[in-house]
Amino acid sequence: MNLHLTRRYRFAASHRLHSAQLGEAENLRVYGKCNNPYGHGHNYVVEVAVSGPVDAATGMIANLTGLDAFVEREVIEPFDHKYLNEEVSGFRERVPTTENLCIEIFNRLREFPSAKLERVRLEETSMNSFEYAGEPAGSGR
Amino acid sequence: MVYLTRKIEFSASHLYHNPAFSAEENRRIFGKCNNPHGHGHNYVLEVTVGGDPDPATGMVLDLKELKEILQREVSDRMDHRFLNYEVPELAGQIPTCENIATVIWRLLEPKITRGSLHRVRLYETPDLFVDCYGESNGAGAAPGVSR
Repeated sequence: MNLHLTRRYRFAASHRLHSAQLGEAENLRVYGKCNNPYGHGHNYVVEVAVSGPVDAATGMIANLTGLDAFVEREVIEPFDHKYLNEEVSGFRERVPTTENLCIEIFNRLREFPSAKLERVRLEETSMNSFEYAGEPAGSGR
Repeated sequence: MVYLTRKIEFSASHLYHNPAFSAEENRRIFGKCNNPHGHGHNYVLEVTVGGDPDPATGMVLDLKELKEILQREVSDRMDHRFLNYEVPELAGQIPTCENIATVIWRLLEPKITRGSLHRVRLYETPDLFVDCYGESNGAGAAPGVSR
């Protein structure tokens, strides 16, 4: 049986969309309100999907206690109530769009020891969400 | 290929306990879920069937038929039951979301004769769910189904 276990987590953070590769006017045109120099925030929802064989002794793909602690340590603690641009490494160089956040979260979780990370889905608001499942094998990324 | 999803809810109790483990191990591994009196959830089940619409009816399968299958195979068996003791298909297994979703897949798969069962998604709480794709790889799953 092919099973994916998905758990939802939440964090709140602020960000500003501003690219060093674009001029002031261009940033404002591309990012609009999200370019406000003071930043703004969201209540993010992260869905983490893992897969693997079900342990016959426990009935589980992965013990939720272990998954919760791992996600808490790798993502929630460093992201929650932070200004992503300044306080999360990686976003000094990259614009903290939800696309880039989704990739960053996937990369932080890919070493989960108890099951295979399948997918990260990130809701920036209840109206928009992004998914990343890594790059296909052999794509060189 | 079109995917259609039908949702039902059922409420049931369960507990996690493996008789091969000591009492201390059971408590350590299963935590609060090891409470011998059990506890319950409002489960939400989303069943997705894929297929091509019949040219005459415009349907992959009749939703009424799917509703009846879900009532007979899932609700009648599991709703307001203690899963450990009252559902024979789960006998000898820990009734985790993984195992319940697998049992539901096996119950439904042979009953769906128009289109084919694509995915069983079982929510134990709004923040925890399992997707079962049978033996196929869910990687090619239909995007956006059920949300």
